[in-house]
Amino acid sequence: MAKKKTFPRGVHPEENKEFTSHKPLEVMPSPEKVFIPLLQHFGAPAIPLVKKGDEVLLGQKIGEGKAVFSAHVHSSVSGTVAAVEDIIHPNGYPVLAVVINNDGQDRPSPEIKPCSNPLTLTAEEIRQKVREAGIVGLGGAAFPTAVKLSPPKDKPIDTLIINGCECEPYLTADHRLMLEFPEEIVRGAELARRAVGANRIIFGIEDNKPDAAQSLERHLNGFPAEIVLLKTKYPQGAEKNLIYALLHREVPRGGLPFDVGVLVQNVGTAKAIWEACALGKPLIERAITVTGPMIREPKNLLVRIGTPLANIIAYCGGLVDHARLIILGGPMMGLAQSLLDVPIIKGSSGLVALKEAYLEGEFPCIRCSRCVDHCPMGLVPTQIVKFIQFEKWPEAESWGALDCVECGCCQYICPSKIRLVHWIRLGKNYLIKLKRKKSPS
Amino acid sequence: MKDDLKDKAKSRELSLIIESSPHIRDKDTTPKIMYRVIISLMPAVATSFYFFRWRAILLILISTASAMITEVLCLMARRRTLKTVLDGSAAITGLLLALTLPPSLPPAMAAIGASVAISLGKQVYGGLGHNIFNPALVGRAFLQAAFPVAMTTWIPPVTLKVDVATYATPLGNLKFQNAIALGTLTPLKDLFWGNVGGCIGETSAAALLIGAIYLILKKTIDWRIPAGIILSLSAFTTVFWLINPDRYAPPLFHLFAGGLIIGAFFMATDMVTSPITRAGIWLYACGIGLIIGVIRLFGGLPEGVMYSILLMNTFVPLFNHYLRPRILGERRPKK
Repeated sequence: MAKKKTFPRGVHPEENKEFTSHKPLEVMPSPEKVFIPLLQHFGAPAIPLVKKGDEVLLGQKIGEGKAVFSAHVHSSVSGTVAAVEDIIHPNGYPVLAVVINNDGQDRPSPEIKPCSNPLTLTAEEIRQKVREAGIVGLGGAAFPTAVKLSPPKDKPIDTLIINGCECEPYLTADHRLMLEFPEEIVRGAELARRAVGANRIIFGIEDNKPDAAQSLERHLNGFPAEIVLLKTKYPQGAEKNLIYALLHREVPRGGLPFDVGVLVQNVGTAKAIWEACALGKPLIERAITVTGPMIREPKNLLVRIGTPLANIIAYCGGLVDHARLIILGGPMMGLAQSLLDVPIIKGSSGLVALKEAYLEGEFPCIRCSRCVDHCPMGLVPTQIVKFIQFEKWPEAESWGALDCVECGCCQYICPSKIRLVHWIRLGKNYLIKLKRKKSPS
Repeated sequence: MKDDLKDKAKSRELSLIIESSPHIRDKDTTPKIMYRVIISLMPAVATSFYFFRWRAILLILISTASAMITEVLCLMARRRTLKTVLDGSAAITGLLLALTLPPSLPPAMAAIGASVAISLGKQVYGGLGHNIFNPALVGRAFLQAAFPVAMTTWIPPVTLKVDVATYATPLGNLKFQNAIALGTLTPLKDLFWGNVGGCIGETSAAALLIGAIYLILKKTIDWRIPAGIILSLSAFTTVFWLINPDRYAPPLFHLFAGGLIIGAFFMATDMVTSPITRAGIWLYACGIGLIIGVIRLFGGLPEGVMYSILLMNTFVPLFNHYLRPRILGERRPKK
């Protein structure tokens, strides 16, 4: 058997997927109240289209993404707008949100119009429908998908990669999507391929999910698509590493996958694209994994966007006492939450409850070089951190601080438990600010 | 509404922790690494007892204790927490130093050596992680300069019945006593098992290799460093041995004689004083091997492991700076 494709370096934390990998996606009943932030994506916030007291329908557009880098926001229930006010976003900052009292009837909006044969749509029509549906990348970065489907003319795309790696420990929602919605995913991928004019689709799946590969395989007939199993290693699903693993192409420093003729979409996004085009359904729900040793009944769920974490946890049997760490996303890149009234947003791939964070002190760096040996980007994290600590900004930048994707491998592997990613984030923020100051506006 | 408030109160009650990702950590820690190295040296400690009896154990205990006491004093002088004394790093320095001392060395000298190793080899730079030179070798170099006679007086192991007065180590025998011509070159078998004279912990290659294999399997030391040293030294000595086998010893002799094994597997692999990038590691390792070869074959000393590692330690910051790995997507220089 040929050697499994992969990228150099990286880490392999305990997968811990057995909590939920065998559990089918369950539709969680909609909560009494949803909190829908107008900023759930990379870019500018959407402008609210409703005010307090308005009646809204399921799937009705309630926020308009006017800027290029923005996305529309839709109501995930039908009911009455209780408020348009600031709430705490999962990233910890206040953000304007539409709070809706759910009437529980799910009266659909007339804006939702199915299309009988989506595979006859033109590229422009697909992009239009994706934009209308407010779809963003569901892998976590939440980049507006319509923007991704409009590559610059001078950068032709030849390959569409559908990312089914789900390399984060604990998470299994994408795995379940591939098992339960293979047809939608394959067709959604085909629509995305047509939208960008690529000539082939590659599904990249980690080899710990052979059943997902088989499930998709059955629906590939007639499409220029293939499935490639990749070594189970973190961060196999990181865009630049995935492109390297599958195609041996390197996205240039500071560049985008466009630059090497590739587009990467998550399997959940592919499903959303299909539903937007075939059913006219906007992005109002997503698959998430609710798991971790501190959740009483770990589950894979389809939840409405805007459902507060407290409702989701309650639906999964509640927390085991003494849970101290609630993470939105996976344990390697997710965001720790301080409040359970924070809502699920489009980019939330999981809710992981762990017993404890690592709070003990750090040891001095002993230059063991493990961070260097495991950095998937080829950086020297310990040296970059030293430059940042001593405010040597030009050195920090030339050593690649801005190339860091914050995957967390270095901090995970560091025997001295140094908060490397934390420092690099700090440095990146400062470097970006410096650049903004310098560039003439 | 009431329920809402209750929920809010409840989530505050949880007192959740906020930290930036990643939220999970590998189990290995720096103290675990240190103690693993100490454990890996236990076979060598055992053989040192077998060959040199209580002298060896006394030197090991004195040296280790002196290193740890000096660490405490330095930390107190620097007003730092004393907790780090137990991280194992000072104990390793003391133990490694002891293993490279002649068995007949007066214990007071060992105590001085270990004290210098910690104070001038490590703490003056700012403690663990900040030193340039391998602390144990700094201590040893100090002793060699301060007590040259005591540091080059050898006794045979108790298992060997020979004339004590004129006893020389296998490398000393090779260099000063014309061993090849006289046919008295130490047999490889004795070198491998350790039935020869020399520093207390370096005589038995077998015991050291057991510990070294354990460390490599546990990924605690980088196999590339000993590999680079062994390959370059072998290549160097093979060339001269092939040119003139009557004058130069065979490469296998060089590998198992003297401090090569302990140096290559336990001294040169010190994480703090070895490079952090692959290219740097190979250069560093090959440099050490070549310098050992030059000193042993052409230098005034029979052994060169200590000086070659210390010499290459000086290049490590340079290697770390100029040999950084290529960033993914970084343009390769045009051919």
